[in-house]
Amino acid sequence: MNVHEFQAKRLLAQYGVNVPKGKAVTNKDAAERWASKLDSSIYAVKAQIHAGGRGLAGGVKITKKREDVGILAKSLLGTTLITHQTGPQGQKVRRVLIEEGVAIKKELYLSLLIDRRTGWPVFVSCPEGGMDIEELAKTKPQAIHKEYIDPSSGLQAFHGRNLILNLGLHVMEPQTAKQFMALLGNLYRFFMNKDASQVEINPLVITEDHGIIALDAKVIFDDNALARHPDVLKVRDLYEEEKLEIEASKHGLNYVKLDGSIGCMVNGAGLAMATMDLIKLAGGEPANFLDVGGGASQETVKEAFKILLSDRKVKGIFVNIFGGIVRCERIAGGIISAAEEMHVRVPIVVRLQGTNAEQGRNLLNKSGLKLKATTDLWEGAQAVVELTTAPSKKRHTS
Amino acid sequence: MSILVNKSTKVVVQGITGKEGGFHAGQCREYGTQIVAGVTPGKGGKKAKGIPVFDTMQEAVRETKADTSLIFVPASFCADAIYEAAASGVKLIVCITEGIPVNDMVGVKRSLAGTDVRLIGPNCPGIITVGESKIGIMPGFIHKRGRVGVISRSGTLTYEVVKQLTDEGLGQTTCVGIGGDPVGGMNFVDILALFEQDPKTEGVVMIGEIGGDAEVQAAEFVKKNMKKPVVSFIAGITAPPGRRMGHAGAIVTGGGETAAEKMKILKSAGAHVVDNPAQIGSRMTQALN
Repeated sequence: MNVHEFQAKRLLAQYGVNVPKGKAVTNKDAAERWASKLDSSIYAVKAQIHAGGRGLAGGVKITKKREDVGILAKSLLGTTLITHQTGPQGQKVRRVLIEEGVAIKKELYLSLLIDRRTGWPVFVSCPEGGMDIEELAKTKPQAIHKEYIDPSSGLQAFHGRNLILNLGLHVMEPQTAKQFMALLGNLYRFFMNKDASQVEINPLVITEDHGIIALDAKVIFDDNALARHPDVLKVRDLYEEEKLEIEASKHGLNYVKLDGSIGCMVNGAGLAMATMDLIKLAGGEPANFLDVGGGASQETVKEAFKILLSDRKVKGIFVNIFGGIVRCERIAGGIISAAEEMHVRVPIVVRLQGTNAEQGRNLLNKSGLKLKATTDLWEGAQAVVELTTAPSKKRHTS
Repeated sequence: MSILVNKSTKVVVQGITGKEGGFHAGQCREYGTQIVAGVTPGKGGKKAKGIPVFDTMQEAVRETKADTSLIFVPASFCADAIYEAAASGVKLIVCITEGIPVNDMVGVKRSLAGTDVRLIGPNCPGIITVGESKIGIMPGFIHKRGRVGVISRSGTLTYEVVKQLTDEGLGQTTCVGIGGDPVGGMNFVDILALFEQDPKTEGVVMIGEIGGDAEVQAAEFVKKNMKKPVVSFIAGITAPPGRRMGHAGAIVTGGGETAAEKMKILKSAGAHVVDNPAQIGSRMTQALN
């Protein structure tokens, strides 16, 4: 689960991490009121959306004039930011963070995540902060340092010394290194206690008076552990999430919206991804990822259909079910009752395989519904692409 | 021959009195697997589907000489169940449960490192040695005893591949689902090494997906150590970065994690990479001829 920058900073501050004084506001008046309480020579107005790349997209404004804060806030609120992570439709700015500025001496990069190869937490550091770490990994891989933490013994002082050497803090005032050691401890405690999957401080700033402060913060929490962190779950921002995805999750469906025109309904995540790939290979574009799960019932199939059909971009639907535990005749029943209940405006191709596949296909063929049933995966993918991309041609030939 | 499990493998099912655990314990036994015991704390002395239930793993192993555990315990209690299994003396733990917090698995993985206990999963369909022992939730009837080993991070996509291998007349030796979570037990390299050593296995199908670099490690291993042909498919060429595609581990967060990059690396390591998941079986037939 993603959280906003202001929420991440608030949660980190509870663990003793130093962050700039700031407040998230939703209108110009509140922005001005808050700015008047800050005593700073420089102010930051930052759009609060979950996606990264806000700075490049014009979502971060800096001013030396306190009286400009309100105007800048107003200029951001309600606009739609398009960054490399939002997709072409962008994300609407509903809140801005008003912060006091910081006198920057040096910008660093620091993050903490789980290394999948070892299964250990790892601190990633780089003496050049403020830039995209993926970009740095390409241009200056030698500048990036990784410090692996054995989870059985936890964070030790030597980890800190190694990171200090990489970041060049040993040549600075001793109090900077001391504050950095404390920061590492706080981040590690936060990470483990709160089941974070990623904490990224970019930039981490060394101030003119030799302090250390998290100027930006991105925190992602492990979805599987949210049940044990009600305080984290409370700050979930549903506005940042796709409406259809929220609706799907209520019915135990795993749905991710994409930009194409062929809706997919599949059981199992791996097969669902492979089905999307197959549609692409056949010349189409998948409209979504949808995993109906291992225990799909008639009811979940019906809900899945509703979700697929409510995406107006969908011009055709490909159902691909490999019946293992799920029995194909149940899926067929779900498709039939969904089609009877809803106005199905697009062609449907159903590929059933595995447990009771024959029975399922018979049900579909006898239902009188206009759909194509097949057992062959590649044939099914090609059929749905053909029906979707060339409807006029199809009409002439049939 | 086969890898990891065979007809003499004795299995305890942890969480046997639950709906899933009970159903699949029955299915496994029907396939021919020796399900010798179940464990549910507080339900010792009862029977589930005629299988004796014990309160603790220690008791179950002492009484039945079981060497393998199959876990269906709910996610929040799963780490505890794995630790209990490891302490009881079983040498193979197969964990089906989905949704275990990553931090819990970090602890489990660290604790099992350097021991002789092997973990398959979590969030996986399990393992089957065809015609001998099914320890998991895969449908038994699609398998056919044969020549090919299968390793996969996915469930139903594995069934798809198995069906293709059966239809091609190749069949399978052992099929292992290693699971879709970011931190888990045995990885591609561990299983590839076992298949390379297994005299019955003539070729290996490896099904990967986006996220992590397990496939990159596997490519290094294929290049250096595999004499048998490896046919590989990587799911998620159309998956957008930064989005979790169902599996907790199926998310592209950095370089080297995309399907295209993994396919390229595997290809240059000498694997037979297919971009059409409907042609995995036929590609294996080609590779073996």
